[in-house]
Amino acid sequence: MRHDISILIIGLFVVLTTASIVAAILSARAPKPLSSTLVNLTQRINAWWVMVALMTVAFFFGRYGLTILFALISFASLREFVTLTHTRRSDHWVLLGMFGIIIPFQYWLVWTAWYGLFVIFIPVYCFLLMPAITALHGDTERFLERIAAQQWAVMISVYCVSHVPALLTLDVPGFEGRNLLLIAFLIIVVQGSDVLQYIFGKLFGKHRFSPTVSPSKTWEGLIGGLVSASLLGALLSFVTPFSPLQAAFVAFVICSMGFLGGLVASAIKRDQGVKDWGHLIEGHGGMMDRTDSLIFAAPIFFHIVRYFWTV
Amino acid sequence: MSKLALKTFTLLQTVTSVGLSALAWVVTGVRPIWNGSQPSDRQRIYFANHTSHGDFILLSACLSEKERAITHAVAAGEYWGKSRLRRFIAEDMLSSVLINRQWTKPEENPIEIMLSVLDQGHSLILFPEGTRNMTEEPLLPFRSGLYNLSMARPEVELIPCWIENMSRVLPKGQFLPVPLLCRVVFGAPVTVAPGEERRAFLDRAHATLLALNPRPERDD
Repeated sequence: MRHDISILIIGLFVVLTTASIVAAILSARAPKPLSSTLVNLTQRINAWWVMVALMTVAFFFGRYGLTILFALISFASLREFVTLTHTRRSDHWVLLGMFGIIIPFQYWLVWTAWYGLFVIFIPVYCFLLMPAITALHGDTERFLERIAAQQWAVMISVYCVSHVPALLTLDVPGFEGRNLLLIAFLIIVVQGSDVLQYIFGKLFGKHRFSPTVSPSKTWEGLIGGLVSASLLGALLSFVTPFSPLQAAFVAFVICSMGFLGGLVASAIKRDQGVKDWGHLIEGHGGMMDRTDSLIFAAPIFFHIVRYFWTV
Repeated sequence: MSKLALKTFTLLQTVTSVGLSALAWVVTGVRPIWNGSQPSDRQRIYFANHTSHGDFILLSACLSEKERAITHAVAAGEYWGKSRLRRFIAEDMLSSVLINRQWTKPEENPIEIMLSVLDQGHSLILFPEGTRNMTEEPLLPFRSGLYNLSMARPEVELIPCWIENMSRVLPKGQFLPVPLLCRVVFGAPVTVAPGEERRAFLDRAHATLLALNPRPERDD
């Protein structure tokens, strides 16, 4: 597995180096001052270097590293989500519970591979208990809106994200000890699809997919991105339990989910009147701006692998 | 105080200051937005909206280490001076300036106390609402202090600072913070116009601060 991981990391390194060189050449040739697209491109590539470096470190520490990394991603995403939504003073204890109890407990369930409780803890128990606590506080002002936002926040930021490290708990026959590669496959394909959609959109984008939700998404970007990301998935099938054809199909499904995730995230931002979720990553906005596609893809990928590839 | 005690004391203050700023960053990811003014070691009075005990920690976390060392929050003496522990936290650990809102003796005059700090070349963080705002109003009317200080020391810059979200991070009466993202928006300096009346100036400063709110509460 070390060998496969090394190939993936070297591959990413080559891609990023190429991207940095291309951006440097484009910047050198372009008229000064540089256009905002070009500045943003360089910022994005630099941020990718940092993100890939962090991922590499997390992979190096294996199960510990990845569980902690995704718990931190849940924390950052939840913080961005709750910051955007309407809360009142009486929500204090529910909010504290979201950060202080739900995140640690959900990741403890991942750690101990307690699948039965892992899948229902948030959508059943938290969904019933959180509004109950709010009701006990007696503050009914905009009640439904507040609890709906809180439930969605934990669903998206904690429940969905925790499915990434949960991939480590699956028993795929003939694939023992190599589950880290499932995570690598998921992240590279879904984030790759984002980048490819961005590139195809910038190069060929004409017909807007959904002008009211996200003016930057085009049909050309979507189709080009999905087709090339499915090819990327097929190319990476050597690190997975899938055949090349299966890998392409799985890649297509998770990238489509990723696209829808980006669309939903845009709709939420639009509803709240903001452009970015936060300001964590230079050139990318907040954590959620980068992980929205991964968040939607992760549970679907988890269940595809679990249903078709485990015993 | 002996030399060693003084050294330990200064060290303790520095550690507290760095520690609290780091804590503010970890919990709230606080980020200053300089919108009309720039960071500077000029003598200033930062005046801000007040909803939480964490307000001045958040504001000072946005300043450089050097500025923070000479910037003191003005706090209510009748609250922070109540017990020895509170006084130790406020005065010794957080190097706040305590003033008494219901003062009677001339040596308790808040303006005189604040002026004496300014005369040492230090800066102040002032909450001109006079108390933590617990109402649905975004900002309470200002008390006179800001006007009096500016009339007495016109060379000191008055910088409006909108503190965002701190009321949700640490509401009054709570001690555990919810980690939400916070920003502090620093606006352009305000000065008393020649011949401007007290109330007119205070209302103008009030409006300037209110206008800095990057996410005004939506009416829906």
